[in-house]
Amino acid sequence: MTEQQALYKYCLRMGDDALIHSYRLSEWCSNAPILEEDLALTNFSLDMIGRAQALLTYAGKIEGNGKTDDDLAYRRGEREYYNHLVMELPNGDFAYTIARLLFTSVFEYYFFSELTHSVDTSLSAIAAKTVKEVRYHMAHATDWMLRLGDGTEESHYRMQKAVNALWAYTGELFETDEATALLEDKNVAVDMAVIKKKWKEEIESVMKEAQLEVPEDVYMQTGSSKGVHTEHLGHILSEMQYLQRAYPDAIW
Amino acid sequence: MVIRAHTKEEVFKILSVIPDPEIPVVSIEEMGMLRDVLITDKGYEVILTPTYTGCPAMGIIEQDIKMTLNANGVSPVTVKLVYDPAWTTDSMSDQAKEKLRVYGIAPPLHSSCNQDIFSHNIIRCPHCGSSDTVMQSRFGATACKALYKCNDCKEPFEYFKCH
Repeated sequence: MTEQQALYKYCLRMGDDALIHSYRLSEWCSNAPILEEDLALTNFSLDMIGRAQALLTYAGKIEGNGKTDDDLAYRRGEREYYNHLVMELPNGDFAYTIARLLFTSVFEYYFFSELTHSVDTSLSAIAAKTVKEVRYHMAHATDWMLRLGDGTEESHYRMQKAVNALWAYTGELFETDEATALLEDKNVAVDMAVIKKKWKEEIESVMKEAQLEVPEDVYMQTGSSKGVHTEHLGHILSEMQYLQRAYPDAIW
Repeated sequence: MVIRAHTKEEVFKILSVIPDPEIPVVSIEEMGMLRDVLITDKGYEVILTPTYTGCPAMGIIEQDIKMTLNANGVSPVTVKLVYDPAWTTDSMSDQAKEKLRVYGIAPPLHSSCNQDIFSHNIIRCPHCGSSDTVMQSRFGATACKALYKCNDCKEPFEYFKCH
């Protein structure tokens, strides 16, 4: 694997995370429990679309075949997507959505904070922009986690259930592979061990305050770094890519 | 061949009147989104930075820039988006902040790079100036604004969040 191939994959992984999580959050549009929440979740979705655009545009530039962000979003198959599995899981109830938002936004906050030190100036610039936005996602998710976890018997039960169900998908966030190892040596990518430690501390602190139990690390789901996904990603892509597949090169 | 008929200052002057599509009382220059104009053999390149990465107004701003410059005989024009250094609400001029307030949007207090971004700083009502206000929703019609209500004049208003 060359450094160029590694960087291409690294950018796709970050870009796909943003794109697919954005897609899931957009499904809450007009379905959130209250209007304010509808606005919040769709605003996050918009932030993520912007991040996906920046990262996929850069990925296309790295690959060097003239692909745009749209080409990469609409013309890759499921096995060519590298988003973490947790991003593609169905929204479930509001507790699931919040648990995922907390787990991923805390991860992204520390990840992109570190990435601002990358020697790759395009990545460090996107990271600096992302950190500003992710802080709002993290604060919002934390707030709901506390309200629901330390709320009524029912809200506590459902929040704990969501946390337990999603826990097995959190290990994958910190996985490393050939691409990340190569880029870390060049000070382009971040050290995942550092991120994992910070993530764990923050999540444990929020969960404790929310009166929730931190599940034990037993079995962690994996596969996305090789493009192996859950059954859910294919369904997302079949809807998202329908128009470009049915009418290639359609524009308006 | 490009005839360098316009200087950088002239191009800036033309661009300075382009309004922000979401908040038309301020210009993209006052918002701090306009970074530079490069004049090369290939034409004019306008360097722009987005406020939020996902801001849907960026496409419209890009079009406005091209149309306005073309209408003034400046062409060919390309627009380049840059992310570094990241835009912050500190990039907005004081004049722009005052225009926002008059327009009915409480301007950002400061660039809140502190951790507690939802900490309850006092946001003054842009209509009556009262400091007795309450946040209704952290997010509004655009990603950059939160919804507030004034307890004195009872008017709802938007607050441009620190970024």
